[in-house]
Amino acid sequence: MSATASTGTISIGSKFSGAHRLLAFASLIALIVVFSLASPNFMQTSNIIAILQATSVNGVLAIAATLVIITGGIDLSVGTLMTFCAVVAGVVLTFWGMPLGLGVLAAILAGAASGTLSGTFVAKLKIPPFIATLGMMLILKGLSLVISGTRPIYFNNTPGFTQISQGSLIGTVIPGLPIPNGVLILFLVAIATSFILERTILGRFTFALGSNEEAVRLSGVNTDRWKIAVYALAGSICGVAGLLIASRLNSAQPALGQGYELDAIAAVVIGGTSLSGGRGTIIGTLIGALIISVLANGLRILSVAQEWQTVVTGSIIILAVYTDILRRRRL
Amino acid sequence: MNALVVMKDIEKSFPGVRALHNAQLELLSGEVHALMGENGAGKSTMMKILAGIYRRDAGEILLDGKPVEINSPRQAQELGIGIIHQELNLMPHLTAAQNMFIGREPRKAAGLLLDEGKLNAQAAEIFASMHLKLDPRTLVGGLTIARQQMVEIAKALSYRSRVLIMDEPTAALNDAEINELFAIIARLKAEGVGIVYISHKMDELKRIADRVTVMRDGEYIGTVPAETTPVEKIISMMVGRALTDERPDVPDHENSEVVLAVRNLNRGTVIRDVSFSVRKGEILGFAGLMGAGRTEVARAIFGADRRDSGDIFMHGNKVDIRMPQDAVRAGIGYLSEDRKHFGLATGMDVRNNVVLASLRRFTGPGGLLKEAAMHDAASRYIDQLAIKTPSDRQEVRLLSGGNQQKIVIAKWLLRDCEVLIFDEPTRGIDVGAKNEIYKLLNALAQQGRAIIVISSELPEVLRLSHRIAVMCEGRLTGVLPGGASQEEIMHLATLRGDAANNNKHTKPAKGEAK
Repeated sequence: MSATASTGTISIGSKFSGAHRLLAFASLIALIVVFSLASPNFMQTSNIIAILQATSVNGVLAIAATLVIITGGIDLSVGTLMTFCAVVAGVVLTFWGMPLGLGVLAAILAGAASGTLSGTFVAKLKIPPFIATLGMMLILKGLSLVISGTRPIYFNNTPGFTQISQGSLIGTVIPGLPIPNGVLILFLVAIATSFILERTILGRFTFALGSNEEAVRLSGVNTDRWKIAVYALAGSICGVAGLLIASRLNSAQPALGQGYELDAIAAVVIGGTSLSGGRGTIIGTLIGALIISVLANGLRILSVAQEWQTVVTGSIIILAVYTDILRRRRL
Repeated sequence: MNALVVMKDIEKSFPGVRALHNAQLELLSGEVHALMGENGAGKSTMMKILAGIYRRDAGEILLDGKPVEINSPRQAQELGIGIIHQELNLMPHLTAAQNMFIGREPRKAAGLLLDEGKLNAQAAEIFASMHLKLDPRTLVGGLTIARQQMVEIAKALSYRSRVLIMDEPTAALNDAEINELFAIIARLKAEGVGIVYISHKMDELKRIADRVTVMRDGEYIGTVPAETTPVEKIISMMVGRALTDERPDVPDHENSEVVLAVRNLNRGTVIRDVSFSVRKGEILGFAGLMGAGRTEVARAIFGADRRDSGDIFMHGNKVDIRMPQDAVRAGIGYLSEDRKHFGLATGMDVRNNVVLASLRRFTGPGGLLKEAAMHDAASRYIDQLAIKTPSDRQEVRLLSGGNQQKIVIAKWLLRDCEVLIFDEPTRGIDVGAKNEIYKLLNALAQQGRAIIVISSELPEVLRLSHRIAVMCEGRLTGVLPGGASQEEIMHLATLRGDAANNNKHTKPAKGEAK
């Protein structure tokens, strides 16, 4: 056995996703080069930070969606779950006047609980993931409005809440590098999730479920429990996204959220994760999310109308998946 | 006679694998030409090149002596080359005629409407030429596999095919259906159609083939006349050595401990009151016709399907098995007949498949996986079972059927199951690898594991089993001692209804068939 085989490198997803990741990364660089040539404003530090900040929420949601998609499922509830978690934080912090830490905990627990419920519907009741999470999407949307009294909840009584996303821990340590905490959290979530996916038993079963669930079940593995665990983890990551967006807006906006799931899934797909399950990477998803926000930002700087931006994003999705298909057909 | 098709010096590589090297084939018109070889010998790849599904890397294809380029299945059809795949490609919700003429339906009203009448008439004409009694308006989904295959052949003929490739056409057919198929092949042959016939069944070749071309490891080995060449010669060309057929020497298990006992197992009408036991070191064969309920029994014991009633004992202690995980915990492993769907995560590598049932053992604090230990375990079994793979990081879908089966076996060995249930352990595995699997099963029994082998191939059951349980229509109709005759097994396998019950009551526990 060669030395590379024994080191246990991170390559559970097949080599295709590796190649795709390279391609996605090259496209990201190409986009950055094109935009910086087209406009001198693009490469300004403030603009780059704006891009990263804009990526943070969608990036975290996309990471949650990636987990579920690798199992061969889909999660349409990530957007409204994010909102629900934000509203839960609002209730705990503003209505009940609890300390910041409890609000954060409540948001993440609410996400995990909702994920557990979705996972239970899928694993135990055998409801197709598309339907189960579509239902959850609407349920959470409604519940957010119900518990907030349909009005935004502001966090003015909780000083420091806005710091979650907008403060800059890095900036205080390294002056001149004012990277907002939201971006830092995105990368921390990415690293942690990547680690779970590639190095832990939960991650291994995430891939195995997407590769061949029945074979895993017939190997004597409690597939239901692992599947629920994956959905629960995805849900708690949505809780983090809820905190990020609430912190950025200094409010929990109960009407927000729907539509975010599609951006998240778009990032996952552009990043090379297969919708049929079994392969995918967090770094790919991160690049996918960055491509979407670089595109939006660059087109705005070039004064391309908002309505055209979505046309371009849609085209990119189709192009990304098509190149993936082309490359695999050649094999 | 002039050659209809000549394929010369064909080369084809897939990433990491050389599928064909110097492969060749000569097909005459009016000839049934058998293409033989172990799985992975390159037969299907060769035929997919001829049918335009794959492109060759190098080499030459001559049709009527003229070089041709075949770049797509459509081009192949236009050249008169038709292929009947092992897995049929029909649309079940369309009629036979609609399936045959899909994409080139006759039109009327200036091409705006489909001309169903003409469509059915043309299909009926082709059926008549095949002497096939089939209504073109029948929905394909309602036809038997054999009939569907006839529709496929008719479809190929509708392109005026002069070359017809058949990939294991009899795999799913019964004897009567095989006769019908062979009659049609004989008629096509008389009309000058050249037929390439891929099959593993030696007796069929003797019946219909004129010549046999043998391939091994992607290379051409030789072409011999079918009638005068002994089967042993063809097999030795295929495997590169001569095979000997061994009989088991049946060890005495009288005093061995009963490991697994099943009492009064029931599930609907598919499993009716099945009771049996397996001792340490014993190989218990399960024989029976298709649909006798053998796989169902295995799945019920393993907890893969629900059972209505019945008790399962391990070492005399009753175990409550409701899900596969309960069975595995009790020490029972099940190796499905369908490895791709039920046995392997084919997109994952060898290492992860080997440890799949034992992953907890390789999990440290915080759920962290011990990759190095997993590598060691996988490597140990790669050596021990002689699994041919470049490394334990190879994706299992890239390995041959025999090696995939070994990986499933490794998975259960690593889990340290005392009882292993093998469902059709050599299905889709070539002759040489079969022997290896047999040796492995014997070795496992000698190590003291209790082994159940379900097989539809009687020679396999006879060769392996220390005792033979026979099922018919969900009932266990008898248990024969090892070395029983095929006739005794067939008698029990066709023993239906009440006769079976009476038989069971009069039968002594050890079971000698009358």
